[in-house]
Amino acid sequence: MMEDIRNLGEIQLSCLREVGNIGAGHAATSLSKLLQSEIHMNVPRVCVVGFDEIADVVGGAEQVVIGIFLRVEGELPSSIFFLLHQESAKRLVSGLVGSYGSGDQEEFTEMEISALQEIGNILAGSYLSSLADFTKKDMQPTPPAISVDMAGAILSIGLIQLGPVSDYALVVDTEFRQGDLEIHGHFFLLPDPGSVNLLFESLGVASV
Amino acid sequence: MNVIRVGMADVGTASSPDSLRTTGLGSCVGIALYDPYAKVAGLAHIMLPTATSAEEKNRAKYANTAVPMLIQMMEQIGANKRRIVAKLAGGAQMFTFAGQSDLMRIGPRNVEAVKQALSAFTIRITAEDTGGNCGRTIELSGVDGSLLIRTAKQGVTTI
Repeated sequence: MMEDIRNLGEIQLSCLREVGNIGAGHAATSLSKLLQSEIHMNVPRVCVVGFDEIADVVGGAEQVVIGIFLRVEGELPSSIFFLLHQESAKRLVSGLVGSYGSGDQEEFTEMEISALQEIGNILAGSYLSSLADFTKKDMQPTPPAISVDMAGAILSIGLIQLGPVSDYALVVDTEFRQGDLEIHGHFFLLPDPGSVNLLFESLGVASV
Repeated sequence: MNVIRVGMADVGTASSPDSLRTTGLGSCVGIALYDPYAKVAGLAHIMLPTATSAEEKNRAKYANTAVPMLIQMMEQIGANKRRIVAKLAGGAQMFTFAGQSDLMRIGPRNVEAVKQALSAFTIRITAEDTGGNCGRTIELSGVDGSLLIRTAKQGVTTI
């Protein structure tokens, strides 16, 4: 039985918020260590959005963003995106790549791209390992892939799995900020159809 | 002149001088149909190649169901399917992974399914900008059927 995510109740929503909170808390700690600076995160926003609205949180379908994408394989297949605006991405990696950065140029250097991929890897890895501990489910991220392009085009790959069963996506969105450096990033978890109920089952919450 | 917005998994029609626009095509395909005599335009933004169940509610989501749906909508406002020609854009592969899974090949599969659906109605494809690895925003003119394509990296072209 495929769940209808539009029927999520308050208990399920707060369960998902908690899942996001725990995952993102660990991810923020790992990122703080890597960058040696404080990373803040907001309480995750859990929402069910139409396919068309999914890019709104980063400025609309046409907004050019850096998208780091991973698939989660294992018992709770999902898609993970880490989305940043260009300026934020540059600031985020500037300390890591030093003079190998591109400065004010629009293009990213190879070093910046691989630093961003590594950040995606670390974020997703720590997010998932805490989620796996919490749910007792096996979850493995694929290596991250990166694209600098329109947000709608990037996110649509995460909707392909949902397309055959729904016109809506369940998004657990966590916003990151780095101290006073004005870095905003969004971390999206998009569970595949079927994964949502499995997640609830593993946590002893009624399914939808 | 109005610009009518077509969403993801959505279809729309317009008559001259209005135009149709859809944003952020990645692996999705924009099917731009035009009847140059009636000056009627139709645009679909499909996500997936083939509807697997006949009960599928949103026919605009799939190549094989969106094409007949769009033709019918265009005929309702004066187009004739014998005159309709097509232009395609999209079907990109946004990410490259080491293992080439079916998920990653969805763009080319979408383009292939659109071409099959169009050939079933003997609709000729006069131009296409498909594949590659970039997102596209497209606008179909109801005045002359020209298709404006904007990308993040390679600027603007018209086909």
